[in-house]
Amino acid sequence: MLGYFRKLGASTMHSLSVLGRSGLFLWNSLVGIPDLRNGMPLLIKQLYSVGVLSLVIIVVSGLFIGMVLGLQGYNILVDYGSEQAIGQMVALTLVRELGPVVTGLLFAGRAGSALTAEIGLMKATEQLSSMEMMGVDPLRRIIAPRLWAGFISMPILAIIFSAVGIWGGMLVGVDWLGVYEGSFWANMQSSVSFEKDILNGIIKSLVFGFVCTWIAVFQGYDSTPTSEGISIATTKTVVYSSLAVLGLDFVLTAVMFAAF
Amino acid sequence: MYNRSIELMVGLFIAIGIAALAVLAFQVSGLSLKSGSDTYKVYAQFDDLGGLTARGKVSMAGVTIGKVSNIELDKESYTALVEMELYSSVDNLTTDSIAAIQTAGLLGEKYISINVGADEEYLAEGDTIFDTQSALNIEKLIGSFASGK
Repeated sequence: MLGYFRKLGASTMHSLSVLGRSGLFLWNSLVGIPDLRNGMPLLIKQLYSVGVLSLVIIVVSGLFIGMVLGLQGYNILVDYGSEQAIGQMVALTLVRELGPVVTGLLFAGRAGSALTAEIGLMKATEQLSSMEMMGVDPLRRIIAPRLWAGFISMPILAIIFSAVGIWGGMLVGVDWLGVYEGSFWANMQSSVSFEKDILNGIIKSLVFGFVCTWIAVFQGYDSTPTSEGISIATTKTVVYSSLAVLGLDFVLTAVMFAAF
Repeated sequence: MYNRSIELMVGLFIAIGIAALAVLAFQVSGLSLKSGSDTYKVYAQFDDLGGLTARGKVSMAGVTIGKVSNIELDKESYTALVEMELYSSVDNLTTDSIAAIQTAGLLGEKYISINVGADEEYLAEGDTIFDTQSALNIEKLIGSFASGK
């Protein structure tokens, strides 16, 4: 009986210490005067590998999700003779929910796992400790540019996702199924508000980008320096990031859109 | 050379992001950069809005000439006070114009339709349209049919 309590205590203390370490890790890598002259090239390189290389998967999945929304929405709305409302349905779904959430999930899978594996391997091959030996702080040199690249690229990717998705919805709704284009856009514009819908969607994607990148980079940095440890860390990154995105999405939606 | 092409791609990435944000802002949410000077405010009181909301259209002959900017309850007359912003280019609405709440299609959104009267004077900033028609209330309509009145 006492053994169970001991195990519970041990696991609680373990999770708390991981939480504390990840907080300290984030604080140490972000706080301080950024060295713009040497830091910018590093940041741009990371923006390329985190942001630009994720663009293809974001654009393709955004296009297909928008097209599916257009098809499904048309099938339901046509029964009520209000298929013009397809524009507002596609736009609101994408801008408020699917844009940030699906981008967050894809981002965790595409960029997050790569970050974890890269940093984990750096740790396993002792590149990080040799940097420390040379007097270069790996948190500033390796971790900080990756964190910033994630924070910056995620909202941009989510915005691109939503825009492409709306275009996909228009492709199916207007060009294929023959919804009148004028009412498609007019319905959308009268129901989507910039401050309430689009800005809140961007805030969501900012939060998701922050959490996903933090989890990915920390899991890599904290991984056991073996090949098995890296594989476990990569799995953890994807699982934790996805759960965090979905859970935080509910909280954020409740704060932003619930009328109470 | 390698570094340059990376910088170029990142620049393109950021530019695409900004362009997508502009598309979302202007094409999807209909945000306009027109400042308040291009519109003038006109008020109208209605007995029943029937689902008209702020940001709804104000139109004349089917052409959008402004939007509903604010809705509040007039505590003295117990009616809804609607504030409309009309484009300054439409400056020849007579003071006896009629504002009616109508529905786009059978289930579409509510909007305000304005019909001009025959007066010599035109509506200006801060004027009130007195002649108004409330929204068609389907429940009331069915109720009056059912009771045979």
